[in-house]
Amino acid sequence: MVNCLKMQAATTASNLLGITVWVAAGVNILSLIFLIGYILAQGISYLNWELFAFEYTTQNVSLFPALVNTVLIIVIALSLAAPLGICTAIYFVEYAKKGNKLVSVMDITTDTLAGIPSVVYGLFGLLFFVSYLQFGYSLLAGACTVAIMILPVIIRTTEEALQAVPVSYKEGSYALGANKLRTVFVVVLPAAVPGILTGIILSIGRIIGETAALIYTAGTVAQLPENMFSSGRSLAVHLYVLASEGLFMEQAFATAVVLVIITVIINLASTWMAGKLMRGN
Amino acid sequence: MNKFEITNLNLYYGDFQALHNINMEIQEKEVTAFIGPSGCGKTTLLKTLNRMNDLVEGCKVTGRVLFDGKDIFQVQDVNLLRKRVGMVFQKPNPFPMSVYDNIAFGPRTHGVKKKELLDDIVEEALVKAAVWDEVKDRLSKSALSFSGGQQQRLCIARALAVKPEVLLMDEPTSALDPISTMKIEKLVLNLKKEYTIVIVTHNMQQAARVSDKTAFFFLGELVEFDKTSKIFTAPSNKKTEDYVQGRFG
Repeated sequence: MVNCLKMQAATTASNLLGITVWVAAGVNILSLIFLIGYILAQGISYLNWELFAFEYTTQNVSLFPALVNTVLIIVIALSLAAPLGICTAIYFVEYAKKGNKLVSVMDITTDTLAGIPSVVYGLFGLLFFVSYLQFGYSLLAGACTVAIMILPVIIRTTEEALQAVPVSYKEGSYALGANKLRTVFVVVLPAAVPGILTGIILSIGRIIGETAALIYTAGTVAQLPENMFSSGRSLAVHLYVLASEGLFMEQAFATAVVLVIITVIINLASTWMAGKLMRGN
Repeated sequence: MNKFEITNLNLYYGDFQALHNINMEIQEKEVTAFIGPSGCGKTTLLKTLNRMNDLVEGCKVTGRVLFDGKDIFQVQDVNLLRKRVGMVFQKPNPFPMSVYDNIAFGPRTHGVKKKELLDDIVEEALVKAAVWDEVKDRLSKSALSFSGGQQQRLCIARALAVKPEVLLMDEPTSALDPISTMKIEKLVLNLKKEYTIVIVTHNMQQAARVSDKTAFFFLGELVEFDKTSKIFTAPSNKKTEDYVQGRFG
């Protein structure tokens, strides 16, 4: 009898737990669907070709210059941060001795960097890149700032990817008389590429969504840039300016739609690419 | 002729002594089998012969291992030692690359660049490892797309491609089905004409089938080392007898 009651209690508890989990998942998915649906519903009807005009005017708040700026910032930031971050991770995982003081300090630094609010990066970029290095409000200053911001992401994901490479690959390489350099760069690194790619995609996502760090460094000029030292707003900054001015809410929503679409495309592309690389393996 | 001469070899992992005072000689162009229960040190000894234990942190060795008369611990270039003493692992571990790149990895490591020469080496190695017919039309396919048995023979081919003198095999069939196992055992018998082979095995029948000499290890000590036929029919040590008759281990 007592056993029976106990069992009943257990069943009730597990039922309750099941329902809670189910509801939580449901709320999550629904709010995501609602969010995207709302943005699309609000913005999609305002999408038109004029929004993609080459020039931004007060009558036509074209998002095209901002789109170009975003792409440029991503390209510059990645070409700075990706090699640096990947090499750092290779040093951490493959070369640094375990228990090395420098490594633990760097570890803490990396984690701290990842947790700093982006507006602080913006302030740092303003003081260091814009003023001290005299880049001025420019794509370069913005890209340098977000490059520092995404470094921890790239380092961490690359570390994880390298650690996930089976030890047996390394053993196989050493057993053939390969030295460490060849083992790391010809065997281990290629096997880690899908994971590293994930980190880079994540970083691109962060750059696309960044406003605070870019307003102070890349500025808010809404025209196509002439060179790396031109000021230029990114898409997210463009959206922020439109929404805070309050005069072009329709266009703001249309910009949001473009942002969402870009994010989806990047996600799909990365999944596809990772899948392709995995199959290639 | 002696390929390896092991004298007073002790090996420690940190505080744990894994090998106790091992003395033995390994003959050229013979198959030597290491048998014994798990944790008896047979794989550890095998990995000492090409200094793969160097990669294990806290591993310390005392004693001497002569390879063709030269102490392997005095050798400057461990990579050259590993080129001459190839290794095949317990689980097939082809690299995530094409079959061709897998086999060509070793020769490329040691400076072979010419395409025609590499082509020849790759073909020769695959033929020797008895896997050429199965992969010759799929050389650009990923090595991971093949079956476990094929992968293991690819790994043997990869080891052969650097033209070693010795082949160390660490339980090479323990992850394979009986048919693949048979193929690899046949291969071992063929390869001993050209190579000195040391094979670690859990499978006593395998040791009996492929080896000329067998060494029985127990708790880090070499208990008995003799002709395989003698070990399996008239062992001089009681422990050996109990083990080969399946009473423990």
